[in-house]
Amino acid sequence: MNKNLVLLAAVAAVAVGVAQFAYADPVSDKLVIDGKEMITRAPAPEGHPFKEVLSGWLFREPETRALEADSFANPGMLYVERGEEIWNTVDGAKGKSCASCHNDASETMKDVGAHYPKWDAETKRPINIELQIDKCRTEQMGAEAYKFDAADQKALTTYIKYQSFGTPVKLDLAKGDMQSWWDRGKKEYYTRTGQLNLACASCHEASMGRHIRADHLSQGQANGFPTYRLKQADMVSLHNRMRGCIRDTRAEMPKAFSDELMALEVYVTWRGTGLSVETPAVRQ
Amino acid sequence: MQSGIAVVVAVSVSMLAGAAWAEDIAPGDVEFADGAVSAALTGKPGDAAEGAKVFVDRKLGNCLACHEVSALKKQLFHGNVGPSLDGAGTRWEPAQLRAIVTDSKKVFGPETVMPGFYSLNVGVNVRKDLVGKTILTAQQVEDVVAYLETLKE
Repeated sequence: MNKNLVLLAAVAAVAVGVAQFAYADPVSDKLVIDGKEMITRAPAPEGHPFKEVLSGWLFREPETRALEADSFANPGMLYVERGEEIWNTVDGAKGKSCASCHNDASETMKDVGAHYPKWDAETKRPINIELQIDKCRTEQMGAEAYKFDAADQKALTTYIKYQSFGTPVKLDLAKGDMQSWWDRGKKEYYTRTGQLNLACASCHEASMGRHIRADHLSQGQANGFPTYRLKQADMVSLHNRMRGCIRDTRAEMPKAFSDELMALEVYVTWRGTGLSVETPAVRQ
Repeated sequence: MQSGIAVVVAVSVSMLAGAAWAEDIAPGDVEFADGAVSAALTGKPGDAAEGAKVFVDRKLGNCLACHEVSALKKQLFHGNVGPSLDGAGTRWEPAQLRAIVTDSKKVFGPETVMPGFYSLNVGVNVRKDLVGKTILTAQQVEDVVAYLETLKE
């Protein structure tokens, strides 16, 4: 009897908590998509502030989690399909498509995206998938570089990243100057910006697991990007999201693919080492 | 003659600062002692009702983003990055609340997440139109402090 009352009280408290304040720890559910179990918790690499890295999926509402778990319902899968079309479509003066050189992406791009950004010896800076696509387009295809966040850029990036679906994120920091870019990214991560005087770490490290209004603060992982964001009802690139966070501190936004954001991409991606690539993830 | 010029300069400076009153204490001149600011920032007493509006307004204090307040249950989604403010008016003296709202880093140390609402010790690359501006005016800080004083345990 007493036990039942206690249980009832606990259930009521949880219900009230969810309705009013939505306080919750990251869930302990497993994420299985098309029969493949995603790694949503992984032991953190050495030098990481957390013991365990956690996918943002664990912090989302049940409906959002269900949407990602069902690849038929996941709106991000439309971008994967569109990306496949682009892969096979000729563009530019040289009459080539991606497939002209790289053939079947499911073989040639398998697990490639899980290791980006990587060192680019030519430009002597890290290169991400978007910039690698642009390099192919301008140098090999005789096509123009994409404008930042063009629908085709997001779709093709999503398609290429999707070829690493389920593969754990792992960067090679030993190549070139990757380590110094990681160092710079770490510095940026802890630098407070804007009138609100907040760093990435203020929310995604110091306040991880807590709520800002209705938003359950995750570790701010990059493993699901490009990600389908319900708030924007669109595919959102990593640089779009980082710019959005910085804007929300009431700061001037750095340019996409600037040194500042490339360094942050290296560092933030490393912070998710061991998590499965979830692209196209679904977030709030 | 010279005092006349001084008055003209003072008036134009206060006009430049928008709604600020000539007797407002400038952000850089606020005196902190033992985690408290004993002098009011303006010559006008804080208005708790106005303070409640500033507290809730997402473009002003947006305090509920990080703090919960049981008295404001009608507002959805209170955050919990910071502590609940239930009973804040019992736990803190007005001078302490004024210090925390003005620049919490002067009270809790540099690592606190809470922004300084009447401080120019801000982050890098501040949005151009906000350079040199505080999140709240001196009067809004006084109003919020008056509101917090009503949160008794």
